[in-house]
Amino acid sequence: MDQVGIDERVRALGKRSIKREGKSVALKLAVSMMDLTTLEGKDTPASVRALCSRAHAPLYSDPSVGPCAAVCVYPNRVPTAKRALSASPVRVASVAMAFPSGQSPLPGKLEEVRQAIDLGADEIDMVIDRGAMLAGDYGRVFDEIAATKEVCGARTLKVILETGELGSYDTVRRASDIALGAGADFIKTSTGKVSPSATPAVTLVMLQAIVDYYEETGRRVGIKAAGGVRTAKDALSYLVLVKETAGDAWLEPAFFRFGASALLGDVLMQLEKERTGAYAASEDV
Amino acid sequence: MWEYSPALETPGSIGIDSRHELFIGGRWCAPRSGCYFDTESPSREEKLSEISLGGAIDVDDAVRAARFAYDKYWRPMRGRERAKILFRVASAIQEKAHELAVVESMNGGKPVRESRDVDLPLTAAHFFYHAGWADKLDYAFHGRTPRSIGVAALLVPWNVPLLAAARKLGPALACGNTVVLKPAKSTALTALRLARILEETDVPPGLVNVVTGGEETGAALAAHPGVDKVSFTGGAEAGKRLAKALAGTKKRLSVELGGKASNIVFGDAPIDQAVDGILGGTSFSRLLVEESVHDQVVSKLRRRMDSLRVGDPLDKNTDVGAIHSRARLDELRALVADGEASGAVRYASPCALPAKGYWFPPTLFTNVGPTSRLAREEIFGPVLSILTFRTPDEAIEMANHTMDGLSAGVWTDKGAKALWMAQRLRAGIVWANAARKFDPSVPFGGYKESGFGREGGRQGLHDYVELCG
Repeated sequence: MDQVGIDERVRALGKRSIKREGKSVALKLAVSMMDLTTLEGKDTPASVRALCSRAHAPLYSDPSVGPCAAVCVYPNRVPTAKRALSASPVRVASVAMAFPSGQSPLPGKLEEVRQAIDLGADEIDMVIDRGAMLAGDYGRVFDEIAATKEVCGARTLKVILETGELGSYDTVRRASDIALGAGADFIKTSTGKVSPSATPAVTLVMLQAIVDYYEETGRRVGIKAAGGVRTAKDALSYLVLVKETAGDAWLEPAFFRFGASALLGDVLMQLEKERTGAYAASEDV
Repeated sequence: MWEYSPALETPGSIGIDSRHELFIGGRWCAPRSGCYFDTESPSREEKLSEISLGGAIDVDDAVRAARFAYDKYWRPMRGRERAKILFRVASAIQEKAHELAVVESMNGGKPVRESRDVDLPLTAAHFFYHAGWADKLDYAFHGRTPRSIGVAALLVPWNVPLLAAARKLGPALACGNTVVLKPAKSTALTALRLARILEETDVPPGLVNVVTGGEETGAALAAHPGVDKVSFTGGAEAGKRLAKALAGTKKRLSVELGGKASNIVFGDAPIDQAVDGILGGTSFSRLLVEESVHDQVVSKLRRRMDSLRVGDPLDKNTDVGAIHSRARLDELRALVADGEASGAVRYASPCALPAKGYWFPPTLFTNVGPTSRLAREEIFGPVLSILTFRTPDEAIEMANHTMDGLSAGVWTDKGAKALWMAQRLRAGIVWANAARKFDPSVPFGGYKESGFGREGGRQGLHDYVELCG
């Protein structure tokens, strides 16, 4: 990994100019790739239901927008989300494995995954043990992911690397390789609880790992940029990154996701602006 | 499938005059011969403007104007006053950077991304940097006192028209010389726009004169007895003819004749970044790759090459623009045919090319013999030749086994190895894990047939002063 080169590539791709039809298509794509997320101690059944209805039908004025890919909640909120989305293609993802730190004994963490699945989660967003990763205990990181994948079975497993705590692109790359080898269906940048969360640069590093893994094994793994993606402009720059690093095959919700809460509002505002030519007041979208 | 919509810079608002005169003594003068030639846009095959064909008499006028300005204004002026004027020019270039970049791309075919993000910032930087030297020359030569030379003839090439002019104008003017600038015949528009900027910034008349025309115009200028210094960047053959013509005269000469750059990629290199670097510019040139990672590198190059966006140079999303002219395209095709005939294996990106204009798809060649033309000759276009090596010694031998030596890139994760290579490569500039990084403070120039003399840095000042005391 060469940090200067990576940052430079990201800067160059950040200068892509996405306008007009290309912009509308991309923003709709971004909505369909969103994991609408709420991970607060103060989440209630009512607030989760509200999130679910937003994920299912994001824009009243334009039904061609959405639905989102998933909602992402804590395990205790999974049943509410499941019920609210029973007639919807929107999937329910649960964080697990002692989110956000990962610093608990493995049996309890695996039990948490099992329970989340029993409660109805379609997807599991697990955190890796960054302590083990930074201490060089790569075997343990690998084994925990592999054990989680075994519990998940056919359900989608997203592995959160928490890149903001890994300190260098080299470590991000190594963690990506470990997660890919251990059976992750997605690798995900961040919990959203640590700053910095997703950045275009770490996303690029992870994408390169995914592409190399695909070339080697033929298995296409997805990527989720979570936290820190707040504006439609940010979202577009991530899509550019995916398109030009991994290719068009990755530009669908099965292989690329945004983990975000505030992003949707701005994307919808931009979409309405593209459609009507004027910005709506923010409470209308 | 999601595609970007075209994001065009709008040339309409910029406006290119239908005819360009010569800029001599601060005034726009028609050529004495009355002859003009067309300059065109290689991406649209359209005439952009008519340009004056400067002849011997025009050259004589320009040299006289430069001499007059030298004696009357520039030589007697204090360094700090010259600095102020150069700073003013640098700021004006920054202000007009957008239109200069657009015109550069229209006339030369290179993507506006490159002219906007590389050529123009560097052009302004050269003026800023040399403005800083103008009042500090007494400290630049280890206690020796510099004196200006007189009238400098600056002959610049078509591939980086404005930047190449700035590389010469900066030191020439900062050191107290006046100038006659002869841009390349096919890409004179930005030099003429620069002349207009000089006019608007009230630089002394005759300080910079611009005479357009072909090689005869350049030859007449270089041979003019009133010229004290000739600085040439361009093709090797023209450079050699020039050196012969000037032999035995008292004129000072510096030449930069290009060269076949090598990128050397070791097995321990950050390969994704190396691929970005190799395919980042408008000409890909030559790659020496350690045999153990050859297949991996080629596969990554292909993937990346397929993602390059080829098309209208004025589209902000274009990575690879048009080939500079019909003649260059024919040359490129001949070179590629020659490579295939010699057994090299060709891969071309499956991109769609516009119907009008001069285009060539990004192409790479594997199985290239070290003696084939593909491996030895400088290629102006998106064509990459790949050769393999097994050891660092072998890489050095291959990289140095050329007639020229302008630049090279070394890609490895080991700092010590990069330095070891840099000490042994016979190239004027060696980049470690980087490509095409230029800065006005770094001397630029070549070894062997790439020429002599340096542009940029303290070393670059030497070519524009007489040292005494």
